[in-house]
Amino acid sequence: MEREEVKNKLEEIIKQYVTDMEAFGNISETTDLLQDLKINSAHLIDIVLDVEEAFDIEIDDESVEKMITVKDSVDTILACVKATA
Amino acid sequence: MSKRVVITGMGVVAPNAIGLRDFKKAIQEGKSGIKKIQQLEDLKFACQIAGVPDVSEELKLKYFTPLMARTLKSKGILYGCMAGIDAWKDAGFEVDPESEIKWDSGCVFGSGLTGVEVFRDAIYEVDALKVRRLGSRVVEQTMGSGISAHLAGLMGFGNQVTSNSAACSTGSEAITMCYERIKEGKANRMLAGSCDSEGPYIWGGFDSMRVLNRKNNESPEQGSKPMSEDASGFIPGAGAGALVLEELETALARGAKIYGEVIGAAVNSGGQRGEGSMTAPNPEGVKRCILQAIDSAGISPNDIDAICGHLTSTMGDVIEVSNWGKALGRSGDDFPYINSLKSMIGHCLAGAGSIECVATLLQLDGGFFHPSINSENVHPEIEKTISKDKIPQSLMESTNFDVIAKSSFGFGDVNCCIIFKKWNNS
Repeated sequence: MEREEVKNKLEEIIKQYVTDMEAFGNISETTDLLQDLKINSAHLIDIVLDVEEAFDIEIDDESVEKMITVKDSVDTILACVKATA
Repeated sequence: MSKRVVITGMGVVAPNAIGLRDFKKAIQEGKSGIKKIQQLEDLKFACQIAGVPDVSEELKLKYFTPLMARTLKSKGILYGCMAGIDAWKDAGFEVDPESEIKWDSGCVFGSGLTGVEVFRDAIYEVDALKVRRLGSRVVEQTMGSGISAHLAGLMGFGNQVTSNSAACSTGSEAITMCYERIKEGKANRMLAGSCDSEGPYIWGGFDSMRVLNRKNNESPEQGSKPMSEDASGFIPGAGAGALVLEELETALARGAKIYGEVIGAAVNSGGQRGEGSMTAPNPEGVKRCILQAIDSAGISPNDIDAICGHLTSTMGDVIEVSNWGKALGRSGDDFPYINSLKSMIGHCLAGAGSIECVATLLQLDGGFFHPSINSENVHPEIEKTISKDKIPQSLMESTNFDVIAKSSFGFGDVNCCIIFKKWNNS
């Protein structure tokens, strides 16, 4: 799966949990999910669950903790997809 | 010096109407919100009718963010938050999650169970070894304090934020708790309300106990008939009511609309002694509760112009009216007017007390008394205590009631009585 495709799918999922749409408009690889997008930390786990469903993968706890920025998250998903394939 | 407490805002999500304006019109018209529920028939319930509020997806989006609207599966939390938000706005306040914290304002929002349908889904997931897939929603949509927690976040409440649970007297008890807190000077403003879950998983137990009416499945609007000779069980309902209670001087200073004053209230229990049990009231407890409320209001039993009863459409109605007669020492033509909102919306369980208090205040403030529908055949035992004329069959358009008593009684032999007084600018 292409990196760009993963990123687009991820952003679609994230979008549903963002209350600050202006911040979402400026989303980039370095965007921090909690700090920049002000996503409620409890919802981070919901994003992980949605990602798991969308990509048909399972992300372990250690990897979840590394999903801080958009880039970290895309990397994690790509690694999981590769490991599952 | 204790503070005086008035009601400055209200919200309601009821089976026969949503929102104050429509609800007022509905209760004046004697509009029933009881309908046939196909799901109950499919699940082989003996009682297949109920009163449930009609909340569209479009309406949801007026109250919640798209994310919350999409993920909110708990009907109890949905109705409770809608009523709470409406009440707060009706009192003239903003609902803004970015607003400053209000240390002088709090919330008591009671419930029986908030999200039984969410809990059901969670149980299936857990048993299928998928606990990690539950996500963040299960806890906040099933915890008893789910509504007060959510509302506190929206409004920035910094005073007491909690939830009570006292079966069918939950709503009235929540209002009493808020009243006492403001009266004691511990808060200036409290949002009080209550609700319950909806649907077969909460009503099943009552169906099995045979306390629901099984005889009107084909005539739902005639199913709930408090004080009638044919009353053979209550009709389950769902919904929520919410009221903003405010310290009088604070309310006056900001020029708030005042619906009425709480001049007295009492809660107690019959201790499941004497004739009392888990499901039946001890008359001694009921009479004591009524008299304590009257005492605390500093009025005499003769000052009560009307009663908005608990009156569920069961054999309990006879006992309730008899208890009122004995407590007040009044009977026949001397008995106050009495009606039951449950005749139109069924019994909304923990939600009942708050919805009925909203109705009580609309009647007090609006100078009318709604019909108690389906009570044409007044139970002969009730007629022994009171004159039939005291139960309005049609709308009483221009009353001049000064004091209305509202009572709620619940499983566990718990009682609550609140005395509301019309606001006459003094």
